Amino acid sequence: MDQVVDVAVDAFIELDRVEKVFDVRKKTGFLRRERRQVRAVDSISFTVARGEMVGYIGPNGAGKSTTIKMLTGILTPSGGRLRVAGIDPSRERTKLAHRIGVVFGQRTTLWWDLPLIDSYKLMHRMYRIPDARYRENLDRCVELLELADLLDVPVRQLSLGQRMRGDIAAALLHDPEVLYLDEPTIGLDVISKAKVRGFLRELNTERGTTVLLTTHDLQDIEQLCSRVMVIDHGRLMYDGPLTGLHEVGESERTLVVDLERELPPIEAAPARVVKVEGPRQWLAFPASESAAPLVARVAAEYPLVDLSVREPDIEAVIAKMYAGEAEKAVS
Amino acid sequence: MSRLGEGVRAYWLIAGMWVRSSMTYRTSFVVTMFGNLLMTGLDFVGILLMFSQVDSLGGWGLPEIAFLYGLSVTSFGIADLVLGSMDVLGARIRDGSFDILLVRPAPVLAQIGADRFAVRRLGRITQGTVVLVWALASVDVDWSAAKVLLVPVMVVSGAAIFCAVFVAGAAFQIFAQDASEVQNAFTYGGTTLLQYPPTVFGKDFVRGVTFMLPLAFVNWVPASYVLDRPYPLDLPQWAAFAPPLVAVACGALGGLAWRAGLGSYRSTGS
Repeated sequence: MDQVVDVAVDAFIELDRVEKVFDVRKKTGFLRRERRQVRAVDSISFTVARGEMVGYIGPNGAGKSTTIKMLTGILTPSGGRLRVAGIDPSRERTKLAHRIGVVFGQRTTLWWDLPLIDSYKLMHRMYRIPDARYRENLDRCVELLELADLLDVPVRQLSLGQRMRGDIAAALLHDPEVLYLDEPTIGLDVISKAKVRGFLRELNTERGTTVLLTTHDLQDIEQLCSRVMVIDHGRLMYDGPLTGLHEVGESERTLVVDLERELPPIEAAPARVVKVEGPRQWLAFPASESAAPLVARVAAEYPLVDLSVREPDIEAVIAKMYAGEAEKAVS
Repeated sequence: MSRLGEGVRAYWLIAGMWVRSSMTYRTSFVVTMFGNLLMTGLDFVGILLMFSQVDSLGGWGLPEIAFLYGLSVTSFGIADLVLGSMDVLGARIRDGSFDILLVRPAPVLAQIGADRFAVRRLGRITQGTVVLVWALASVDVDWSAAKVLLVPVMVVSGAAIFCAVFVAGAAFQIFAQDASEVQNAFTYGGTTLLQYPPTVFGKDFVRGVTFMLPLAFVNWVPASYVLDRPYPLDLPQWAAFAPPLVAVACGALGGLAWRAGLGSYRSTGS
């Protein structure tokens, strides 16, 4: 096995023109049904190397979850080739299960009425984790995710943030090589989000676990992922660093300026005023540029009271990007 | 074979978790256990009341009816204990928690079979066994070795057949759900589909109709042999010993249905 020098040795997750087509039956009348095919995932190809941390984003219904479900073996692709750690997920789901960890943000694998520790004991036995390894992993998770006081608490009494941390620990006890997280920070408060992110960063850098997460929260990506993939209408729209996404999406940040009094629109190219409301003005400028020179210039030339910078909304970036693609297709 | 072992192991682990879960509500556990015994007990009381007015039903006396009743209730009770929660599958698919079972390294059928495992279901088995034992002591039969052997064979085969039907019903829930959930996901209204609640298919349809068919052949025929009564439908003599074969065939069909169902699974929207 060793003598085969595989060029794709680093490609831990491989997708080659993977498709997922759903048959949708729509009732159009009494006993009459219209059949239609929906391409939830439309010929997506990418590879993820071992140890990468990738953000997978896109609007609702873009095909994010469908991709994750194919990667975990829950769904069978309609076409294309898909491998995780060399395994075809839908064919060898059980075998793959030992090597992956999955956290669904809106569902739990934990036993509702039982103390948290009981769910971990079940994982211990179900995954046949060697005792020493189990203890070690549990201790590490308990420490880093601050679960010590929660182990004897029934899961139903945990807060959403506590439960999420509990779920993440449950997904890591068997030392998965890759961790999939579907909306891991959804509904969490700021502190819980910070804890989850800190832990994931540590997991990725210290343990080298490959992480693939879907999210709606741009901050998750900014703080965690060196690489981001954008999917919309089942197609991969972008694959690269987050900064590049802003350039490709031609996204803009907004500088909100409060002046001492009402004034004519500020002139500070390349920024342009998009809205004026009394003494308050909104200036849009390219997201790829630093806000500092603009702020300095405005502060020097105008009587400034207060200001703030607003980050571009990820949905807006993607919408813009998609509109751009459509234009290209037309021309 | 190792897959079967894996399945039994996973079943055992998960059933254990549910038993522990139900123990956290001790009072509720005791009350439902007691209530279950009472309810199933009343079931047979109805038949007793009927026989206080008549001496026979379709030519069958009370001990003979009790024999039929005991056999079917015990068989069903065993299947209900083992796989009785298969109807929560529909709910699991709807709320998306079925996906979680699919990413665990254990056979899904074992996991869903052990879902909501409830000790209170022992009530039905207890009651069925009591009636069966009384019937065996009361029926007027020339016991031969074959007849004695046939009784446990009937119970086990019957349980296996009911299990197969539960599995097939679960598989059907995936298909039925399949149609409804995808529609929900894309139309967001989904009200039209509420005309076909999956529970209608899952419970009443499957339990009501499908259970009758195998039961007629498996319970009535061998019981007729034991009681020296004419067979229904002029079946050949050896048909009395067919239950294990029918059980194996049903099991195979149930297994195939489950595979097909699982293969067609398409999960929910998010």
